Amino acid sequence: MLKRLLLAGLFSSISLGLAQTTTITYWQYDFKSKVEAINELIRRFEAQNPGIKVIHQTFPYDAYQQKVASAIPAGQGPDVVNLYYGWAPTWVKAGYLAPLPADWVKELDQEFVAMAQAAKVGGKLYGVPTAVRSLALFYNKDLFRQAGLSNPPRTWEEFIAIGQKLTLKQGGRFVQIGYGIAPDGQDHHLVREVLVRQFGGRPYSEDGRRVLYLSEPGIRALTFYTDWVRKHEIGVPGFFPGNNGYRDGFIAGRIGMIIDGSFAIGTIQQGARFNWGVAELPVERPGGRKANFGSFWMHGLTPLATGAKREAALKFLAFITSEEAQRYWLEKVGELPARKALVRDPKLSLHPVYGPFILSLGYAKATPFVDESAQRKVMVDAINRVLLQGMDPAQSLKLAADEEQKVLDQFWR
Amino acid sequence: MRLTLGQREALWAYLFLAIPLAFFFYFRLFPAFQALWLSLFEWHADPSARKFVGLAHYHQLLEDAVFRKALLNTFLYTLLGVPAQIFLGLALALLLQRTPIARDFFRAVYFAPYVTPAVAVAWVWSWMLSPHFGLVNEVLLLLGLPPQPFLQSPSQALPTVTWVVVWQNLGFQIVLFLAGLESIPRQYYEAARIDGAEGWRLFRHITWPLLNPVLVFSAVIGTIGYLQLFTQVVNLNFTDQGGPLNSTLTLALYIYQLAFLRFQLGYAAAVTAILFALILIITLIQLKLLSRKVEL
Repeated sequence: MLKRLLLAGLFSSISLGLAQTTTITYWQYDFKSKVEAINELIRRFEAQNPGIKVIHQTFPYDAYQQKVASAIPAGQGPDVVNLYYGWAPTWVKAGYLAPLPADWVKELDQEFVAMAQAAKVGGKLYGVPTAVRSLALFYNKDLFRQAGLSNPPRTWEEFIAIGQKLTLKQGGRFVQIGYGIAPDGQDHHLVREVLVRQFGGRPYSEDGRRVLYLSEPGIRALTFYTDWVRKHEIGVPGFFPGNNGYRDGFIAGRIGMIIDGSFAIGTIQQGARFNWGVAELPVERPGGRKANFGSFWMHGLTPLATGAKREAALKFLAFITSEEAQRYWLEKVGELPARKALVRDPKLSLHPVYGPFILSLGYAKATPFVDESAQRKVMVDAINRVLLQGMDPAQSLKLAADEEQKVLDQFWR
Repeated sequence: MRLTLGQREALWAYLFLAIPLAFFFYFRLFPAFQALWLSLFEWHADPSARKFVGLAHYHQLLEDAVFRKALLNTFLYTLLGVPAQIFLGLALALLLQRTPIARDFFRAVYFAPYVTPAVAVAWVWSWMLSPHFGLVNEVLLLLGLPPQPFLQSPSQALPTVTWVVVWQNLGFQIVLFLAGLESIPRQYYEAARIDGAEGWRLFRHITWPLLNPVLVFSAVIGTIGYLQLFTQVVNLNFTDQGGPLNSTLTLALYIYQLAFLRFQLGYAAAVTAILFALILIITLIQLKLLSRKVEL
């Protein structure tokens, strides 16, 4: 009898426990350190919130958007989803993201670095980042020393001079180049967000609905950038083979300098068998205007998270973007924290590798993409028309501005 | 009602056929028509929020320069690739047929690329074709020829991609033609030789006409393959897919970009409908023009 009562009690408490448990699903693309970090954060979160269970699912990067595109309409997808900030507008328009409550807007405005504002679409907030990224100059210290150079360039003039010293040609083919030029790497950001601004222009209007780079500074920026290949010969596109050849070529010791994101630190640390350093991006002239491109992956809520699931999802979102989580993320994944309080830490800004990236966060701007893949292509093509077809930079930029304005108009109409 | 044994067997056969047929209808045909339906709507994750736009996407296609470029490229791939792989495949099959030693070894060698994953093939070729480090340019330099940009040149990229695809498909073509050649009865050749025919005339009047069914099959399958070209294009220029400057973009890749990178699934469905219609029309024309009864 007693046994039976005990059993009954046990069963009812289990079923009670089951009834109280809310299960939510988190999706991100498959990247080893990120997967491990989220697993650990889920473990900590579940320990603090016994009523919530988080299922973590990952997909290869190339199939990720495809999975999201088909799973959510079928009602089978994630409650919390990780996405590149530039995808948010297309996802919002197609109904894949739900806006976050007002208290999150306040939190983001007050506590997060300025570029996180790009998580807003049409005035509503659709995601919060754990980490952010910026660009910096990676340079091969050994190649610098061999060429009698000691310091990384401060201005673009120095950059070109160093680039020329580090470029070696043999029989019409380059065997070593000074700068790993990569229009489809990070360089399209470099032209749009860094050079245009440094030369006194603005790439877009304040609301992001109008293209403004078709201007004197814009044309100067594209001319200046393409001259690195056409006039100064400090690099050549497609110098080193493979996906991200500019980075691989740097790691192989064949390229003196590259401009890359903080997300590349891990790969370079693992691969490079020489001394290398990181510096803030050069400027137009000493004391000239600084500019940088910031970007981030964020966690958003999907329309599948409703009722108790939404409550649980919001709690999870708060946890994985907390100071604790961001500090852990920096150690584990090596990505820069998105909260101002952590960025201000002097230990970080003086760090030889993270420092230059951290310092750039103060002035880095995230491009207000509405259709990232289309807009990326516009700028890559603008550069390639000049480099590969010899088109006049002003004419190429005009084509780009018209094309991109169409993309913007189509989105905002 | 009593059924004869034959009727009963037929009934059983249909019953068993019904199962794969049901799968075929549900997983193949139904989604295909669903895609047509989808092309009339503005895409939204919530089905009730999808806005009916009628033929607007098809109007949009008419003014879409990238679509035109992808369409043109797709035709170019087909026009270059299909004849090239039939010609080379047949030539190599004829040579292999005449090889008395190690024929199986050569067959295996030529077939190997076909069973290699397309992604791996594309990556290896993208290294070999690299302007500054690649093997191909190394060879050109040894021959005293200027190095070429290949995949990095808007004018050379499409023929280069075609070459990689032809190279990969060649093994299958060879095996196909070898089987076709083996099936031609020896007696025809012997009879013709007695009548004094040699070399080219044997080929022209016996081999070529009797190989017709294999040629038709190869042309139709090859054409469909090139019209759907995707994997090699994506992986030969991974960070600027379809580039440089859209010079290698195909319809299939454009559909993928529209649907899964830009979430315009309605518009992508419209492009899919066009591609479907194209493949259907071209295949019907090919079957009509190429297949004919052969009488010796």
